[in-house]
Amino acid sequence: MAIWLTENSKIIVQGMTGAEGTKHTRRMLASGAKVVGGVNARKAGITHEGLPVFGTVKEAIEQTGADVSVVFVPPAATKAAVREAIDAEIPLCVVITEGVPVHDTTEFWAYAVSKGNKTRIIGPNCPGIASPGASNAGIIPADITTKGRIGLVSKSGTLTYQLMYELRDIGFSTCVGIGGDPVIGTTHIDALQAFQDDPDTDAIVMIGEIGGDAEERAAAYIEEHVTKPVVAYVAGFTAPEGKTMGHAGAIVSGSAGTAQAKKEALEKVGVRVGRTPSETARLMREIMSAR
Amino acid sequence: MDLFEHQAKELFAEYGIPVPRGIVAHTAEEARAAAEQLTGRVVVKAQVKTGGRGKAGGVKVADDAADAYAKATQILGMDIKGHTVHKVLIEEASQIAEEYYFSFLLDRANRTFLAICSASGGMDIEEVAHTTPEKVAKVPISPLTGVDRAKAREIAVAGGLPQQALDGAAELIEKLWAVFVDEDASLVEVNPMILSADGQVKALDGKVTLDDNANFRQPEHLAYVDKAAEDPLEARAKEKHLNYVKLDGNVGIIGNGAGLVMSTLDVVAYAGEAFPGQPKPANFLDIGGGASAEVMANGLEIILSDPSVKSVFVNVFGGITACDAVANGIVAAFKLLESRGEEVTHPLVVRLDGNNAALGRQILADAALPRVELVDTMDEAAKRAAELAAVGA
Repeated sequence: MAIWLTENSKIIVQGMTGAEGTKHTRRMLASGAKVVGGVNARKAGITHEGLPVFGTVKEAIEQTGADVSVVFVPPAATKAAVREAIDAEIPLCVVITEGVPVHDTTEFWAYAVSKGNKTRIIGPNCPGIASPGASNAGIIPADITTKGRIGLVSKSGTLTYQLMYELRDIGFSTCVGIGGDPVIGTTHIDALQAFQDDPDTDAIVMIGEIGGDAEERAAAYIEEHVTKPVVAYVAGFTAPEGKTMGHAGAIVSGSAGTAQAKKEALEKVGVRVGRTPSETARLMREIMSAR
Repeated sequence: MDLFEHQAKELFAEYGIPVPRGIVAHTAEEARAAAEQLTGRVVVKAQVKTGGRGKAGGVKVADDAADAYAKATQILGMDIKGHTVHKVLIEEASQIAEEYYFSFLLDRANRTFLAICSASGGMDIEEVAHTTPEKVAKVPISPLTGVDRAKAREIAVAGGLPQQALDGAAELIEKLWAVFVDEDASLVEVNPMILSADGQVKALDGKVTLDDNANFRQPEHLAYVDKAAEDPLEARAKEKHLNYVKLDGNVGIIGNGAGLVMSTLDVVAYAGEAFPGQPKPANFLDIGGGASAEVMANGLEIILSDPSVKSVFVNVFGGITACDAVANGIVAAFKLLESRGEEVTHPLVVRLDGNNAALGRQILADAALPRVELVDTMDEAAKRAAELAAVGA
């Protein structure tokens, strides 16, 4: 098993006919993921990449039994796309799109909550979720790692790939990129909880970065609820105050959101924090080889 | 993007929010003319995008136009927390009966909006919230229902505002909500919101942060970009659609993915601690997952034109765009730079890892690019780049 995405997951792609949607649909299929169709209201009825294109998410679910949606639509259309996925009650909606206005994300999050959180949202501005050897929903390069028993949750795409690659001989149950925006659906805590409960995950890598207090809250959660070993990495120690570092959410405001504060909060609850991504990988390797 | 106080107030005025009459002045002479036009006592306020300017001496009352000239002379050019004062707002002095605090903001932790209201305004609200939290009302606002007049009044009551201010405050709060939503703001703050001697509720200060992600539907926000304060390299990078932030070190950094680049800065700074002069990263530059030749060339061009740069660290993880494609991109970037008459004058340390890493390294080795060194791991490459910067190669 893995968390949230398994070999049985049936994936539809919202925005499949666009350039990014097409490219990554191909890649997901090549990595063995069960992509079963796409959604585009204006192109309903056509076949694209050998897959049927439906007018609505609801119709796609009815026709294919899809239980995962990956969203590649442009920022201006993202709110409507995610609301549609929520209305169709798809269990998992992975929002890859970067550059979504924070008012839109806050609104579709509130909408998901008002509908009883039947749809788990991952993202926006995230690389998606991959359960190596089982399935892949998003843009994570599936071939850089193998199936194993480490769980990974991260705000950053390329840092996720770096760790997946460095630990490829040990392998991963599931890797979740939760995204670098100020407001996101699935959080570090959600993933920590799921990995703690997952019988096929032995240890967890958590990657954070400057901005907000998600890592501090995750530390408090770990202290209370997580018994599996956790190693962490935090990026942005050298980031100047008040500057957005690439990700919209990566900003130190005054004394809030610093990497140092996050590292200290995590270390205080017994999480080992690597100074570099490679050192973080070494810490995880030590834990896994001691098992 | 943060707005200057005067921009925030101009925006407030467009939404019918009462603000004092004011005129922006860039020189003491303009300040005098503005004070003459406004007549009577005025307040001379430094326009800087940082808090604490009152304590720093950036806000002064002037009795008349001559005094406004004198006060503006003192304030213009002042440095407030690293921000140089290039302009002042000359504003009619208000007869203040009471001072309140009000803001709408994005509550990242709870993934909702928040209204903060307090009858104890005018001072540092974080201090008030810390020492007397009961005096600060924090009211979650659902983006689905928003703020109407009744909700606005409820917030003002929760903040402990007195009876005589409630109607005015409710009207102002409802309009501030319109600013917050219609302008795609992540912060709208009024501190102080005042009750004037004649019973009017006004915004005496204004702080607005706009969401850059919403620029596609807020084209008029581009006018707020402060070109004067922009670093020239950052401005050039922006024109080329590069995600670049200038820092104060001497190791130029190029990488793909925001997290990896942030991490690269940290790893270089750590490595630099071991070398004389302690080399530090000179910039943040994320060329994105694709790492194409043109983007690579543009990035190198910006970094090599930074006079403080002594060495460059190119740190790429090849995922979907595998390392052989990235290596070909680097080779092509060098050709492109050559064709533009740009010479690569600094040593370049390249670390390629991920898909087809061996093939990518081979391509770079075969190309024998001048001044390029290949190092296999991120930590070792950071060390080498710091070392090269330390010797000033």
